[in-house]
Amino acid sequence: MSAHLHEGDQVLVREDYPIGHIRTPVYVRGKRGVVVRHFGAFGNPETLAFCLPSDKRELYKVRFRQRDLWPLYRGSDADTIELDLYEHWLEKA
Amino acid sequence: MRGPHDIGGLEAGPVDNAEHTLTLWEKQIDAIRWLIGQKGIVSTHENRRTIEQLGEDIYNTLNYYERWTASLSRQMVDKGILTQDEIDAKVAEIRKRLADHGELELREGQS
Amino acid sequence: MSPHDHDHHHHDHDHHHGHPHDHQPDDKVHSYYQILGVAMKELLIAEGVVSADAVRRAVEMRDSITPANGSKVVARAWTDPAYRERLMKDANAAVAEFGIDMPATHLIAVENTPDIHNIVVCTLCSCYPRDLLGLPPSWYKSRAYRARVVHEPRSVLGEFGTIIPDDTQVRVHDSTADMRYLVIPRRPEGTQGMSEEQLAALVTRDAMIGVTIVRPPQAKS
Repeated sequence: MSAHLHEGDQVLVREDYPIGHIRTPVYVRGKRGVVVRHFGAFGNPETLAFCLPSDKRELYKVRFRQRDLWPLYRGSDADTIELDLYEHWLEKA
Repeated sequence: MRGPHDIGGLEAGPVDNAEHTLTLWEKQIDAIRWLIGQKGIVSTHENRRTIEQLGEDIYNTLNYYERWTASLSRQMVDKGILTQDEIDAKVAEIRKRLADHGELELREGQS
Repeated sequence: MSPHDHDHHHHDHDHHHGHPHDHQPDDKVHSYYQILGVAMKELLIAEGVVSADAVRRAVEMRDSITPANGSKVVARAWTDPAYRERLMKDANAAVAEFGIDMPATHLIAVENTPDIHNIVVCTLCSCYPRDLLGLPPSWYKSRAYRARVVHEPRSVLGEFGTIIPDDTQVRVHDSTADMRYLVIPRRPEGTQGMSEEQLAALVTRDAMIGVTIVRPPQAKS
């Protein structure tokens, strides 16, 4: 499932648990964030990790509010965290 | 459902921020890993995947450079560059060296 | 000084708290792995996969990279607004102006401001801007840092002696892809008129990771 996303787009991280080399940490799966940057297209680590040829996947910097990720978050409401995530993990929300 | 490496968000103790100087063998493993990457024998992605596939117990028992060592040995055997027999024989040889001379490493001129 | 088992002070001990094991098997495992490390080196040299010379040179080269590379970049950004613009726009090109090449990585500079304090981690492994900062410190690769900084960054900052006010946003960057993050700390008070060299000397590795800030220089008596 791929999306062509832009800065400012609200996204939902896919909530799947595939076995393999995955660069989407479990702590953001199923969570909502916003695209803050589009880096361009890169080889897919999930494929490259097995020495297989890879197509290019769009890569995005996605910002999450900490209070949306952690029920017991003790810092400021404004605190955020950003991850670099591949398009096939992101759905437009 | 996490890989042993996917630890963001878990509870853990205080961060030990003491500086630790690396031993020579740790620097050498790091250098060898880099050289092998430069030669295109293994990629960064493969390196990460191999370490993740060590499994929970091994990942949590070994320290950072030991994980790299384990991963390097697995890769070299998987790619047919070394055999497990060769590795076992070399380990035995080094153990004997350690017992006989008290040294892990060969000195200049020794064989 | 932290309460730490000094017998193993070389090791980055990430023992899973509560993991039931006694020390004997672990000591044997660790000594096996130390031997295995030497074994791998000798075998790969004997097989011609790497040469002893190349290993020696690579060790020296990687050892020679220090955070001074990053400090120079920060000091230039503090003193030259046009450079700062270039750094924020294309950090790879900007650091190349100092002869620092980072071909395999995409560098992103993230700037601390009165509103935002940035801090960097790689939760999944240990991605780090090595060409600018050298080898990462043990704590950056540790279970405790990787696990906790994403969900309790202010607590981790506190352990480094850094308190960020509540009205400043703490922003964590988890390096999950090919991007490497360099924090540009805020220029401290009392540094007007200092040369770039003097400013660079104030900028620490830890400030460029984001666990500390750059403190104002000590007042001369």
